[in-house]
This record gives sequence, C-alpha cells and structure tokens, in this order.
Amino acid sequence: MYGVGGGGGGFNAPSTTAGRRRNPGDEEEDEEEEGGEGRVLEAWERAYADERSWELLQEDESGLLRPIDTKTLFHAQYRRRLLLRSAAAAAARIQKGLIRYLYIVIDLSRAASEMDYRPSRMAVVAKHEIGGSPESQIKALMGKLECSGDSSLQNALELVHGYLDQVPSYGHKEILVLYSALNTFDPGDIMETITKCKKSKIRCSVIGLAAEIFICKHLCEETGGSYTVALDESHFKELLLEHAPPPPAIAEYAAANLIKMGFPQRGAEDLISICSCHKKIKSGAEGYICPRCKVNVCELPTECRTCGLTLVSSPHLARSYHHLFPVAPFDEVTPVPNRIQRGGQICFSCQQSLFNPDGQSNLHVRCPKCNQHFCLDCDIYIHESLHNCPGCESERSITS
Amino acid sequence: MTSAHSKLYSDDVSLVVVVVDTNPFFWAAAAAALPFADFFAHLIHFVNSILLLNHLNRVVVIAAGVSSCAYILDSSDVSPSGGVGISDTFDRASRKAEEFIAQDARATAGNGSVASANAASLLSGALSLALCYIQRIFRSGTRHPQPRILCLQGSPDGPEQYVAVMNSIFSAQRSMVPIDSCIVGTQDSAFLQQASYITGGVYFKPQELNGVSAIRRLSTWDMFVQFVCQYSARIRRSVQPAGQNSVVSCLI
Repeated sequence: MYGVGGGGGGFNAPSTTAGRRRNPGDEEEDEEEEGGEGRVLEAWERAYADERSWELLQEDESGLLRPIDTKTLFHAQYRRRLLLRSAAAAAARIQKGLIRYLYIVIDLSRAASEMDYRPSRMAVVAKHEIGGSPESQIKALMGKLECSGDSSLQNALELVHGYLDQVPSYGHKEILVLYSALNTFDPGDIMETITKCKKSKIRCSVIGLAAEIFICKHLCEETGGSYTVALDESHFKELLLEHAPPPPAIAEYAAANLIKMGFPQRGAEDLISICSCHKKIKSGAEGYICPRCKVNVCELPTECRTCGLTLVSSPHLARSYHHLFPVAPFDEVTPVPNRIQRGGQICFSCQQSLFNPDGQSNLHVRCPKCNQHFCLDCDIYIHESLHNCPGCESERSITS
Repeated sequence: MTSAHSKLYSDDVSLVVVVVDTNPFFWAAAAAALPFADFFAHLIHFVNSILLLNHLNRVVVIAAGVSSCAYILDSSDVSPSGGVGISDTFDRASRKAEEFIAQDARATAGNGSVASANAASLLSGALSLALCYIQRIFRSGTRHPQPRILCLQGSPDGPEQYVAVMNSIFSAQRSMVPIDSCIVGTQDSAFLQQASYITGGVYFKPQELNGVSAIRRLSTWDMFVQFVCQYSARIRRSVQPAGQNSVVSCLI
C-alpha cells in the first residue's frame, strides 16, 4: 500500500513551484513567491496572502453584494489555454494520435464522497466530459453514482489492460484515471502492472483530486503520461480539457501506415438475418452490413467479428477533424475611446452590439484572416465548440 | 459555458432560425417553376405564422449566398417606423434581401473562380452564424425559447465545405439544437441528410404529385405547416420511417 508522498499539490500550472523551500540558488523563483513572513508560500496560501480574494467583493448602494465579473476572468483563462496550445502546435509539426482508445477510470471509493469540491468530488467528476460524448451517457453515469469501499489502482489497471490488449496496432491506447483517494489497496505488486502497461504501450495519465501521490506520479512517468492535481473545480475542468486534444504520437510506436476501414451501409428492410454480436434475429434495416463479409452488425464503430475489418461511419472520423484544421486564435482589439472603429459595431456572428450602453467599446476580438469582429463569448464558443470561424466560412476565397 | 442540465426551456416558445439558399444560379434555373420573389413571399407568410402562434416566438432569417452570408430578418428588432405587422415584416425583409442579393452578385462577379453550373451556396457559413446566434440566446437567461434551425436548400453541396459543415452539425448536436431541412431543388443533399439524422431533425424533400412540380408544391400550406410548430415537427419525425433518414448516400 502506498500512502501520500511528495510535497503537497504538485501540478501543471507554470507559475508556481511548490516544494522548493528556501533554496538560495533559485533566486528568481523565490522573489515571486516571497510572502510577508519571509518564507516561501504554498500555492493555496498565496490565494489568501497575496491575492486577497476577499477584496474582490464589492457592495452596491444598498449594501448588497455585487456579483463579481467573471466574464473577463473566463476569457483570460481561455485565451491562456488557447495560446499555449497553438504555440505548441506551431512550434513543431508533431504527428498526433487521432484514433485513441481511451478508458476513463473514475474513482468511486469512499474518498470520492468528500465534500471539498461542491457538491461532492464524484459529482464534479461526472459532470465534466472530454468532448464529443453525448449527453445521454453523462445522464446514465450520474444515475449510477454511489461510492463505497476503497480504491485499488492495480485492479483498475489490470482490468483496462485486458480490454486494451485487443485494440489494433494503429490505435493509441490511453487510460485517464480520475483519482480522489490518497492510497490504494492492491492485491499484488503494482510495479509489475506498471511494467506490463509500459510494455503494451498504454499511456496512463492521472488527474488527482486530493494530493500528489508518489505511485501515480511513478505510473505516469513510466508510461509517458501526465500527472496533474486539481486545485479546485475550474482548475479541474482545465486539466480535463487538456487531455481532449490528441497527444503527440511516440515516434517508434506509430508508423504512418494505411489503415483499412469499412464504411457499412444499412441493409434493406426486408432482409432478415442474425446479427453477429447478439446472435439474435434482426431485420437488415436495424443494423449495418459489413462491406467485406456481409454479416450484420448492430452498431458502429466496431470490428467485424468475422473478417476483422474496422467498421466506422464517416461522422465518427469527422469528429476529430477539428484537431487537424484548428481555427487560428483571434487577435484582441483594444477599445479606442471616442472613435468609431470600422466594422467594429456589432459582433459578426451573433449580432450583439460591441459597445457598452454608455458608448464605450468593449474588449472584443478580430479574426486575422477575414477581419471580422467577434464578441468574447462567440470567441470562446467558436474555439471550444464550433471549430469554424463564421467570417471565414461566410466568404468565398479567391483561390477555392 | 452552459451545460446541458442547466437549460430550462420556456414551454411552447420557439426560436426558429431559417437558413435560406439565395444562390442566383439555382434560382435562375428554377425560375420557370417558382420565381424567387414568390418563394420569398411564401417564406414571409411562414415566418408570420410562427410569430402568430405565440407572441414570444422569435424568428431569424439568414441568407446563404454564393460569396457571402448575412442576416436578413430578426423578429426581435424594433423597426424605425415602429410598425409591427405582416406588411411591415415583409417590407423590411424584402429590402434587406434585395440588398443582400445585389451585393452577393457583385462579389460573385468579381470572383472569377466560381463555376456557374455547380456553384454551391455557403451552407457552412450560414449554419455557423445560426449557431452563434443560438448561443447568444442561451446566454440570455434561464428561461429562453427552444431553438431549432430550418434549412431551405436548393443548390448542390459543395465538397470543400465538408469539414466545416460537419463541425457545425456536431456543435448543434452537443447544444441539442435540431436541424430540419427542406429541399427546394431536385437533388438530395447529403450534408443536410447527415445534419437531420445526427441532430434529430426532419429531412424533407417534396415529390412531384399530380403533375405539380415539387417546388410548386412548397407554396401550398400543407407543406409548410409541418415546420411551423415544433410539435408538428416532432410528429413528423416520429412517423418518418427509419429508412428515409439513413439513405445510402448519407452514411458514406
């Protein structure tokens, strides 16, 4: 059994280095962390001592609290995330693993019912999705949430390893563990399991909700994954979204071969056959017909049991295209007081006015390619969900 | 920022975003059966019937041209003359549509790369605008109209727009916005079949009946009425046989 190890709260945010204590050699880091007491502050302490979060609250005329303007905060967070991502992508043309077989392991042990994340850790975990998964899956998961017992990292890894063994070689195998507990009860030697995962080229990443745990860190280092610990709910969401884009493919594992795939069509309605997955009688219209061996399969994507061909439909592949053709980050347009900017009156996509009621122009953004202006909310929506710039799509380029 | 669970739809109140194909090449060829001016007049009647059903209903019309897309009508805009009524809506929308078509024609004439025979209208751009507008409505509060998109498409699909159209479809699926499509032309549109299938909307292509051409039939009330009310659209969806939604071309 491995208990809590390491310093408290090691995580990915670039601006902090918790764990370095009074090291005289690191002068530049100490300067930004030095608190009033003259010792290095932990990240959680900094929120109270340096940033003074209570001072953000304001009262209006009648003494009631005014809501904090979180809009610019969201936008700043989103821009930081976007610029980091695009800088990394522009620096090197890294081959990405687009076909990913990702297993998400959610810790449902007793530790998950801890209340430090509102309403409880497991509710927070279940609410966020990595993108692309339909709402119905989330609803089904929320309906089944109950936690009990202790968590075992080794059992989880063994289980997923068994599933991922059957995955074809071009697929990237990944595990994402959302870990709430501070320890793990394992029936055997977890180091063996870790070596097994490493040999099968499974990339394990962990997002911790409590503190940094040595065994998780070791697992991630060995398999090439990333280990992050969430500070609070919004930070957790950021960390989760970082796993959404495809990770860089490890060179010797991913050969750029051609992959054979089948695109089955629905059968004719009057075709009665036995489906290969459930061994039940089904009409042709309810299933799909494998183009190579003509057996009936019920759902896509799947692998044909008879001939081994991967069967997908084109929307399944199309969901990943936005990773290949991302939208360029928009430039911020600094508001110039008392001057009407050309084209900067309303947001091009949602037609909302870009000016405050008192005539001052709000902060907004502009696409560098089509020069249309957009409001901040549309900017976030375009880059995180839509993946098309409405301005670029609404004009016919000369070369096309 | 809003998650699926926090949306509370106002009962019976809908926001319909109509994407109208104004491709001049297509409408020139279809002018014999139904001139664009008549079609547009029928569209305005359709818009007004939606607005009559419930005073809180909202309709937005976006035109998809060959070289550009623009908003033609937003029913929540207050007109400068202060008039509200069928003729007023018609005037505003017609004026805007004429301006847009003239401007689109100028842009197309200046762009020599557009092939006249199979020029596609910018469906991806119009869908993106529609989705951004719907997101703005979602941000406006907890009680807001139930949105849906209706595409009136005549021109063929442009293959260069495939990735953009699929991105819009997936975003609509995630925001739970159904995309209904009504084909005005003669060819099926694979993009719109996919859109309606994935988002749970209705794909409709009227057939020629009793010698009346398909496009002429669109001007009759019984064709449009099924799209007017969200409930009638739902009824249409439930009786549509499964085979029609998954036509062979749609899954490739």
